Amino acid sequence: MSESIQNTAQGQSQADTLLSLTDLVLRFRGQANDVLDGVDLTVKRGEVLCVVGESGCGKSVTAMALMGLLPSNSARVSSGILDVDGSRIDLSCNTLPAEMRGNHVAMIFQEPMTSLNPTFTIGSQIIEAVQRHSGGTKSQARDRALQMLQRVGIANPAQRLSEYPHQLSGGMRQRVMIAMALANDPQILIADEPTTALDVTIQAQILDLIRDLRDETGMGTIMITHDLGVVAEIADTVAVMYGGQVVEQGPVAEVFNNPQHPYTIGLMSAMPQLDDPGTRLVIVPGTVPTVANMPVGCRFRTRCAFATATCETRPPLRDIAQDHQTACHYAPLETNLSVSA
Amino acid sequence: MSHDVILDAENVVKHFGGGDWLSRTPVVQAVDGVSLQVRRGETYAIVGESGCGKSTLARVLMGLLAPTAGHVRFDGRAVGAASGADLQVLRQDMQFIFQDPFSSLNPRMSVGKLVGEPLEVHAPELSAQQRRDRVADLLRKVGLRAEYAGRYPHEFSGGQRQRIGIARALASGPKLIIGDEPVSALDVSVQAQVINLLGDLSRDMGLTLVIIAHDLGVIRHMSDRVAVMYLGQIVESGPTEDVYANPRHPYTRALLGSIPTMGGKPDGQRSTVLGDMPSPTAPPSGCRFHTRCPHAQAKCKTAPPNLKEAGTPDHQAACHFWDTLASAPPIAPTPPKTEAAAARFALYRAAVEGGTVTHKTNQSTERK
Repeated sequence: MSESIQNTAQGQSQADTLLSLTDLVLRFRGQANDVLDGVDLTVKRGEVLCVVGESGCGKSVTAMALMGLLPSNSARVSSGILDVDGSRIDLSCNTLPAEMRGNHVAMIFQEPMTSLNPTFTIGSQIIEAVQRHSGGTKSQARDRALQMLQRVGIANPAQRLSEYPHQLSGGMRQRVMIAMALANDPQILIADEPTTALDVTIQAQILDLIRDLRDETGMGTIMITHDLGVVAEIADTVAVMYGGQVVEQGPVAEVFNNPQHPYTIGLMSAMPQLDDPGTRLVIVPGTVPTVANMPVGCRFRTRCAFATATCETRPPLRDIAQDHQTACHYAPLETNLSVSA
Repeated sequence: MSHDVILDAENVVKHFGGGDWLSRTPVVQAVDGVSLQVRRGETYAIVGESGCGKSTLARVLMGLLAPTAGHVRFDGRAVGAASGADLQVLRQDMQFIFQDPFSSLNPRMSVGKLVGEPLEVHAPELSAQQRRDRVADLLRKVGLRAEYAGRYPHEFSGGQRQRIGIARALASGPKLIIGDEPVSALDVSVQAQVINLLGDLSRDMGLTLVIIAHDLGVIRHMSDRVAVMYLGQIVESGPTEDVYANPRHPYTRALLGSIPTMGGKPDGQRSTVLGDMPSPTAPPSGCRFHTRCPHAQAKCKTAPPNLKEAGTPDHQAACHFWDTLASAPPIAPTPPKTEAAAARFALYRAAVEGGTVTHKTNQSTERK
């Protein structure tokens, strides 16, 4: 068993895999169900993987678990293998080593105001991050900070270094966060809803920036978002999560043009389109179940119009097209069922 | 051409701060000279980015804030001057839905009490039993079960809470409801339920809706007419179809160009707006958008443009050069789906809308 895992991991690393996560199962203390139930993710060099889903689907918990940011006394990982940069970490007993965190794998968060310390200048916060990982003198670190601020498109970087977070706009704070995250040339950037708190015009600027940096550095990016529009804009591959499981994944064009899972179809139908006004939106009935009430088997079955008794067993994530996997017993729907009015 | 105007704002100005000779806090020019007419029965949307003054405007329209200058008239009555009994009648006719369903419901009141409270004020003649019946009716109208009246807000999800907020707003039998970002705190799948609900209510009950939002997709879907705000002023307004198809103001174009759509965008059609929105304490001279506008010329720095008819009747834009700008690139259409995918979407719609699902195959053939 362990040998076969070893082999597949080696096979993937030849295809430029930067990070792969296998079968992550996680439960919070005091809860009767797993919050994450067997999550697999893979990021290749120069690729943006978008993890998309609604609140409570476990997308942020996945990112936090990857980074080892969850408190070990309340979050219990019962299985999960993380392959990153040639090392293999068993998340059920270890976390990402501190020297890799922020160095090989960096993270940016949704709300840049709460992630920056309001009592320190921008400069001292970036310099601290640089010195912590790369060492060197303070003036070297300061040069690096200047260079990074320039690179993320902040005007007057020298002046900004001595300013405090409250003196910057939301878009600029997010640029500072990105500069700080990328100051140590990480191979992987994990971005948790980096543009959700921003206005659309600023969001477009930040997405452009992330795209440019990816092209420049070849870093792999895991972007967590709830916005299918953002996914279409920036993703190479997409993983759709529901109730702590990946229900569909594949190249973004394939998943969007040929969605297979009823949840993906529902999400796409529920989104008001700019070019299709007036028609009544098709909804996803009900609401996301809480962890305590999570159904057994396919976790979407309580909201799925097509569910049967078969769905009480968990559908495996299986290939449905080239590189495209879905976890539904009845995919492809059009050949396996019919609907009469 | 005259329309049946229900809500009429004339040159509304709302400034905060300053004023006091002791304090040196700068004046925030949140709303600066906004005029608009909302017609009876329509859905009117006000869109803009954070800090453009749209929420302040909503509160002024509602009479929750007194304007620094200008007038708001609702059904012929002045909103700002109303007090006492007049104000109570006005409140009965105009209701508000708030953005955050978590903080806008009192956690210590049961749902029945929350929804029944407006009835106590506006229909004191009802007996307790009649009031309970009305509450049950209202809950059913917004798609909740009547039994929920005994529960408390924390027992509900965000979408359900927003429905409670809507039931509460409907309780007094209003003619107009102002919704400040009524769906933006909700997840996509739940958001669609609330959008459909608001659409049904406005159609069935002849309600006039004023929707404040920043999501252009939602607005396109819900509204008949739209006003785009930038730094306290309306820069473009008109029928929604027309504004989206032929945006005249560079800011509207930038907004439309910035929305990430499922269709994606060809290169070169990306955002053209530079930098951040200036502070409303010191708005730029002339056209307030000139600091970020890719088409700005010398005139824009000095002369503020007025909102004037642009191209088609009822479509107005505040730009000196709207007619010389090249036509805007069309909104990228949603990519065509494969035939099989289209069939799948049709199946999904049919099943959700109450069709009977027949499964053709047995489990054995589904697995590989």
